[in-house]
Amino acid sequence: MGNGTSIGRVRGLGSAHSGAHHWLLQRFTAVGNLLLSMWLVVSLILLPDLGYETVSQWIAKPLPATAMALLIVSTFWHARLGLQVVIEDYVHDAGNKFAAIVALNLVAFAGAAFGLFCVARLALGAN
Amino acid sequence: MANRPLSPHLQIWRWGPAMFVSILHRITGNGLALVGLFVLLWWLGALASGPEYYATFQGLMNSPLGYVVLVGLSWAFFTHLMSGLRHFVLDIGAGYELDRNRLWSILSPVLAILLTAAFWAAIKLL
Repeated sequence: MGNGTSIGRVRGLGSAHSGAHHWLLQRFTAVGNLLLSMWLVVSLILLPDLGYETVSQWIAKPLPATAMALLIVSTFWHARLGLQVVIEDYVHDAGNKFAAIVALNLVAFAGAAFGLFCVARLALGAN
Repeated sequence: MANRPLSPHLQIWRWGPAMFVSILHRITGNGLALVGLFVLLWWLGALASGPEYYATFQGLMNSPLGYVVLVGLSWAFFTHLMSGLRHFVLDIGAGYELDRNRLWSILSPVLAILLTAAFWAAIKLL
């Protein structure tokens, strides 16, 4: 635990306990969201209609299924990071903050898992 | 919480466009995370559940309240997108001159409203 370098002795001791990692991940996932949401917006516009047959056949194809799976991972990750910051800003009691972040993690992972499962089911033809 | 003086919050500052667009970024981000991702999952779940349930989902989304939710989400999406792009520019250290910062703080939400209108026009016309 950092007996050597000066940075090693102070790492993790600031009020936020960590540095730029969270901030950078927010940007990386934002770039992912930008690309993937543009794909979804253009796809929704270009699809001839949004009925069951059209959409389910479209999303079962390899590229749309992959893009949708990536969109789910990127947006849920980005949302988890963003809501964490909101919780840290407004929930000041340490216990409540911990509980809120636990709940956020559970909901974010569960939501993403459900979305990925739906895409897999559509793509692998269980219907 | 120790009873210490707090830093000034919303009520003490004179409102300006940069403050407005920053708050809007947080509000729309929360809306997209809590409502937008829920509707995305509902849509995918309806598709994966089969044609009968998808018809139910479509019926709900084609109701007046459904349109309020979908148009609201698309507005939140384009607003968060535009203010997010503004943040990318600020992150590289550009756009802090007072007049330029003010200009893009006003333009970001305005462009988002135009993009929302263009999106729905494209959905309905194409």
